[in-house]
Amino acid sequence: MADQVKVDLVLDLKGLLCPLPIVKLSQAIKDLPLGAVIEGIATDPGVMADVPAWARASGQELISIEQQGKEYRFLIRKVK
Amino acid sequence: MEQNKLSMVVFSGDMDKLMAAFIIATGAAASGMEVSMFFTFWGLQAIKKSEKTGKSFFGKLLGVMLKDINTVGPSKMNFGGIGRWMFKKMMKAKNVAMLNQLRDMAIQLGVKLIPCQMSMEVMELTLDKLIPQVSQPAGVATFLEEAKNSKITLFI
Repeated sequence: MADQVKVDLVLDLKGLLCPLPIVKLSQAIKDLPLGAVIEGIATDPGVMADVPAWARASGQELISIEQQGKEYRFLIRKVK
Repeated sequence: MEQNKLSMVVFSGDMDKLMAAFIIATGAAASGMEVSMFFTFWGLQAIKKSEKTGKSFFGKLLGVMLKDINTVGPSKMNFGGIGRWMFKKMMKAKNVAMLNQLRDMAIQLGVKLIPCQMSMEVMELTLDKLIPQVSQPAGVATFLEEAKNSKITLFI
């Protein structure tokens, strides 16, 4: 399903630990128009819990999040 | 009225506790919360410049002991600075943000840094000895007003 979504920005979060993934994510989403989709690629296992929590707290839409080997990939849509 | 806000008293001047404070502050700001950090007593070291301070003998002594955010040590196992060096080395190896970087990030995200006026008097710190990004120094009434309107309040 994730493959069908058009990605507007790929955010490389590899090697970053808490709180940097969500800080970078919040900064990146600021400059995008409504409806834009960010794909994040991280290596910190903490993002599996933190990115969904960030999306709920900030009111953005989490389309998907999944582990692929040693990486964690997620899609966020800017809805506000 | 309750706002989507986090208010924090930063009392500690320990590296580990300040890390926790700034990680929570940056995380909250990144999640869209308004954040106020109220720095009192030892916490003032986190927003101080590395400059000589103090007027009296004791004040000057404090000024020598409390430099800036880069010189704070962990609350346990500091061993006269060896612990600080060890933790910095370990954090760098794991690519964790350093304390001064976390503070820069907090400032960038719009976190309000409020110095406690009374503690500044006690420690003989003037506003020009603090980093320029701090807000107007304030007292307990300011903190309580902010805390009353906050969803989350913390004392670190």
